[in-house]
Amino acid sequence: MVDHTVKSYDDELKNLHEDILRMGGIAEAQFASAIQAVTKRDPDIAALTVKGDVKLDELNNIIDQRVVRMLALRQPMASDLREIISSLKIAADVERMGDYAANIAKRSIAIAEMRPVKPLASIPRMGRLVQHLIKDVLDAYNERNAEKAKQVWLRDEEVDDAYNALFRETLTYMMEDPRNITPCTHLLFVAKNIERIGDHATNIAETIYFIVHGQTLNESRPKGDSSSFLVVNPDDAAPKA
Amino acid sequence: MSMMANNLGVAASAARTNEDTPEKISVRDLSFFYGESKALKNISLPLYERTVTAFIGPSGCGKSTLLRCLNRMYELYPKQRAEGEVLLDNVNILDAKQDLNLLRAKVGMVFQKPTPFPMTIYDNIAFGVKLYENLPRAEMNERVESSLRRAALWDEVKDKLNASGLGLSGGQQQRLCIARTIAVRPEVILFDEPCSALDPISTSKIEELIDELKDQYTIAIVTHNMQQAARVSEFTAFMYLGELIEFDRTEKIFTTPSVKKTEEYVTGRFG
Repeated sequence: MVDHTVKSYDDELKNLHEDILRMGGIAEAQFASAIQAVTKRDPDIAALTVKGDVKLDELNNIIDQRVVRMLALRQPMASDLREIISSLKIAADVERMGDYAANIAKRSIAIAEMRPVKPLASIPRMGRLVQHLIKDVLDAYNERNAEKAKQVWLRDEEVDDAYNALFRETLTYMMEDPRNITPCTHLLFVAKNIERIGDHATNIAETIYFIVHGQTLNESRPKGDSSSFLVVNPDDAAPKA
Repeated sequence: MSMMANNLGVAASAARTNEDTPEKISVRDLSFFYGESKALKNISLPLYERTVTAFIGPSGCGKSTLLRCLNRMYELYPKQRAEGEVLLDNVNILDAKQDLNLLRAKVGMVFQKPTPFPMTIYDNIAFGVKLYENLPRAEMNERVESSLRRAALWDEVKDKLNASGLGLSGGQQQRLCIARTIAVRPEVILFDEPCSALDPISTSKIEELIDELKDQYTIAIVTHNMQQAARVSEFTAFMYLGELIEFDRTEKIFTTPSVKKTEEYVTGRFG
């Protein structure tokens, strides 16, 4: 579409867009270092990650203020309105992603102080899955590409599958030996946090679709997280390869 | 690129209109000529009963021309003619047999510049009524009062009905013109940029008035001010170079317009 007749309007939209991208990039990096903190059992990386979360909160505030200002001063319509309002939602989702990353980093410290448990080996793969989701959704946002966003939206099912598998594996591991219970419980929280980050990336994907098409993604997304219904019988708790 | 509004499937799903809301005015394949120049190109659209329809578009797009076809104001000027049909309650008002005075009582008009007569406030209202009805004094008083009340002007002028209409402020004069229009019991009221000459507070008062009037009258409003169109109307028609580009519910035009040109206009990307 052509530019606005009033150029400063385009400048403001550009600034808003770039702030979102910057915020997304920081969240991406925060998540990566949180996963590192878990797998490398490194408390220094963990501490840095926790401190890094404050930058996301600051950017979220800046974006909120930009949005309110633009709504008041520009009276945006149609696609401009959808984009500006959606910036609020996307910033909120990214901020939550950052919070979960910081939580993962905190838990990694406890995990590192205890004996390593086997299900920990599944964390890097799950982390990579979600890292790709984040990268692709940020690309989709940058390009205003609804099709790419929809693909991210569909791939959340893979994260749910990985989480279910890890949940089952961890339960059986706990049942084998009570000394595993504490580190496994922390691990479950870490895995849940990773899964929630994936959910927020999916939310962003839905929002991008809305910005472009003015409609919500209608088909019900395959929701794969069935861990709420999961029961493992202690008698069946022989370690499954 | 003229569109039959019915083919658009305009979803009349909000509280005030539904599939059964009749069209008070139906514009059918209307074209208008200033001499040889075709200023309106085959316009078709509905004005639903007791709703507010806004006409927006850049200068010269034909919106005021269209408005003036709805009560044949153009007949006052030579070399201007209309082709096609404008149905008011299913009767074509472009027909030569149409009584113009009766038409203009049924379809009233309020202009951009307030135009009170150089008479008392009372006579401003009574003048038009006297052309059509022979009312005894008491009833005329009542008609004047109710018109001024419905135009939200009564409280401000009730003690000076014999003062000149010209002595009122701009916003009051405009409301006086609206009262004058209402007094002859119209069914449709046409507003041609009614607030362009008014300050923001007067503008709000007129918008509030339009909101009240729509329960009784079918209203069409031409406006340069897109935010005003967004605030007061339920349906919006976007016009460009004499053509109807898009007609739809106002909320749709301003959130997810269907046509790119409409999107460019409402987001300020035109020109």
